[in-house]
Amino acid sequence: MAPALQTFALDKRFGGIIAANGVSLTVEKGARHALIGPNGAGKTTLVNLLTGVLQPSGGRILLDSQEITHLRPHKRVKLGLSRTFQINQLFADLSPLETVGLAVCERRGLGGEWWRLIGSRGELVAEVAAILERFGLADVMDARTATLPYGKQRLLEIAVAIASQPSVLLLDEPAAGVPEDERHAILAIVEALPKDVTVLLIEHDMDLVFKFATFISVLVNGALFVQGTPEQIARDSRVREVYLGESAHA
Amino acid sequence: MNPPTPDRKFTGRFGRRAHWHPLEMLFWIAAFAAYYLLPGKHLILTEIAILALFALSLDLVLGYAGIVSLGHAAFFGFGAYVAGLLAKHQIVSEPLLALVLAGLAAMLLGFVTSFLVLRGSDLTRIMVTLGVALVLREIANRYAWLTGGADGLQGVNIEPLLGLFRFDMFGRTAHAYTLLVLFVLFLLARRIVNSPFGLSLQAIKGNPLRAAAVGVAVNSRLVAVYSIAAFYAGIAGALLTQTTAFASLDVFSFERSADLLLVLIIGGTGYLYGGLIGAIVFKLMQDYLSALTPQYWPFWIGLVLVVIVLVGRDRFNAWTVPLHKLAARLDWRAGRSGRLASEEH
Amino acid sequence: MLTILFDGIAYGMLLFVLACGLAVTLGLMNFINLAHGAFAMAGGYCTVILVNRWGVPFFAALPMAFLLSALLGLLLERTLYVHVYRKSHLDQVLFTIGLVFMSVAAVDYVVGSGQVFVRLPDWLQGQFNVFGIGVGRYRLLIIIVCGLLTLVLQLVLSRTRFGSRLRAAVDDTRVARGLGIRVDAVFAVTFAVGSGLAGLGGALGTEIVGLDPAFPLKFMIYFLIVVTVGGTTSITGPFLASLLLGIGDVAGKYYLPTLGAFVIYTIMIVVLIVRPQGLFSRGSVR
Repeated sequence: MAPALQTFALDKRFGGIIAANGVSLTVEKGARHALIGPNGAGKTTLVNLLTGVLQPSGGRILLDSQEITHLRPHKRVKLGLSRTFQINQLFADLSPLETVGLAVCERRGLGGEWWRLIGSRGELVAEVAAILERFGLADVMDARTATLPYGKQRLLEIAVAIASQPSVLLLDEPAAGVPEDERHAILAIVEALPKDVTVLLIEHDMDLVFKFATFISVLVNGALFVQGTPEQIARDSRVREVYLGESAHA
Repeated sequence: MNPPTPDRKFTGRFGRRAHWHPLEMLFWIAAFAAYYLLPGKHLILTEIAILALFALSLDLVLGYAGIVSLGHAAFFGFGAYVAGLLAKHQIVSEPLLALVLAGLAAMLLGFVTSFLVLRGSDLTRIMVTLGVALVLREIANRYAWLTGGADGLQGVNIEPLLGLFRFDMFGRTAHAYTLLVLFVLFLLARRIVNSPFGLSLQAIKGNPLRAAAVGVAVNSRLVAVYSIAAFYAGIAGALLTQTTAFASLDVFSFERSADLLLVLIIGGTGYLYGGLIGAIVFKLMQDYLSALTPQYWPFWIGLVLVVIVLVGRDRFNAWTVPLHKLAARLDWRAGRSGRLASEEH
Repeated sequence: MLTILFDGIAYGMLLFVLACGLAVTLGLMNFINLAHGAFAMAGGYCTVILVNRWGVPFFAALPMAFLLSALLGLLLERTLYVHVYRKSHLDQVLFTIGLVFMSVAAVDYVVGSGQVFVRLPDWLQGQFNVFGIGVGRYRLLIIIVCGLLTLVLQLVLSRTRFGSRLRAAVDDTRVARGLGIRVDAVFAVTFAVGSGLAGLGGALGTEIVGLDPAFPLKFMIYFLIVVTVGGTTSITGPFLASLLLGIGDVAGKYYLPTLGAFVIYTIMIVVLIVRPQGLFSRGSVR
């Protein structure tokens, strides 16, 4: 079975800075694949490359065996690649209802319709309603996103990505900055994701990573450092060194 | 199991903006009534309607798509000259048909130049749009054998509308014509902004990165709205030529683009009526100030601009907030807001 | 043809002196000052009045034009502009357009709308004949004066402490503030000097491009083109851009009468599409 997402020697250079160095990553279908690494390792850069926000300096990206290396971001979404942002990227003046509604509309290819009123398609509305209820956003569905508490915004961030019905979902630190008492809602959502959705999770929270992931890749200085199952990674002393900066034996 | 009630509640939420507020109906009734109630004012009311349409077109790109344009007069002027030339050389003598053709010509110009405003920052867009308007003005100036140059397009003869309604010297036909065109185009614009397309524009304006990440083809949408706005602006320009039987270089002028920004700032952007209300206020203000100091009224316009910016556009547009609140309160269809269907059982 | 080149260079250097203040303002505070031409106009009219009505010698009037415009710039900057820095680009555009309208109407009211000329001293009129090329004396003066100014500017920027503070502030305002550089003071001085130079340029330019109350509007696009094509990260960028535009405009109007004016507009649009940060600048669009 072809991998859900694959990169070949992906490079990204900003002048003299190498943000991504020959990354060849393989994400299997249905995997719960975690991407970890110290700060500045290039994890978000990699996600930006995968989604088309950044253009690579070299290398290829394949989504379900289809070449997407130079495809525009919105086209990749249409092919089934969706993401959340580490820092919420939402529409401050729109409501959750409108935001999710937009995502569902676009997914169904109806985003360009200019003659129909929003909300005139019944089955579309039903789908939006279901998503909002599932993410616990139904009670705030009319509020301006900018007025929502951070936890709700984070839930909306994930809801919007799910609304595109992706086959591959890139979660960039979904629980980041969320207060302790609201984290469980986010984690529950992440764990309840359908099995046919492949998830690439970027996280710093090791508890979440080890609880959730079936496979872990460690990124250091823009390059893949080591990969393996959670047990293998947990035992690997090099990973500890890289994170904690333990000096090597002289 | 999904009971029908929650769906309708959701649909109601979506569609709320599309419902006609009583205030809106009042506005249009007043606009049409003015035709009968203010018989001596046809000329200025026609000017207001044309300016309102022009402002509406800028609202589409500025208020809904977030494109700052300092050269919107380019499309206005282009439509004006196309309509003038169609009439003068008897290519298309029926005004309504010529109007549509002029609008389409402006739309084509908008489409071609839209690629210039896709890239770059606000500053780049300002300069590019300004540049395009100046280029057009220069073209119109140079090719005087076609456009009449600095003297303007002379000898424009406007045939009766639909072959039936002659453009009389009191401006009655012109007024009715312009008002009806404004109304029809307004309805269309209203439909567009309340559609999924319109929603995607607001998303692009708010966060283009996120918009692309939900699958919105950002550039295509911007090109589309820019072209539509150019169509509207071209129609406004053509209306000016048809109702005054004249077109001159100042249809392309920087002052026109700048005044238009002021109109939209006065009325507020992003809710379609801003351009209309702003046009009314602006024209009345212009009338009053021109009577005071005939030559130097740009000074007052400049002062108004400076004051508005210093006070703050948000605080200035606060005068429209009571209007919104009143509209919301009068809308009996809004009912209870924000309550779940389950709470009603 | 060499005369054309010569005239083009003179025009270009004049444009540079006029526009460099705008380039630095834009690069420093990311502020679009469409009213820049108003300061040039102020300098021009000041000179005209001093020379024509009060009989002040031309060369004495030039520094006074500089001073007047500089003081005017400083005054307006501290009282009005400072409130608009943090606002959106649209607000800045509206604000400065408002100032332009006000200044144009005010000058129109005070001195009338006709074009004015300055009475040049006799020895500045006419031409030399150098190797068969007609070298206009006035244009030669412009080249000398503007060339000297450019050198001085370049020296100030690269050799003085103020210059390095200015360059730091242009590069990264937040970091500069963090280093203890008083960015507000740097900007006030820069704005004043830029306006003063504009005034000087306006004074010098009266003879070549004419002066009337509509000057700020007519020349706004030229300044913007210099800034667009030249970029805002250096002095050499706008300098080269001004020369390019000056020569291009003069040559274009001579060799291609019907298309002459389009040359510079087209250059601007093409540059904006291909390299939004300008032909000669480094770094990305802000």
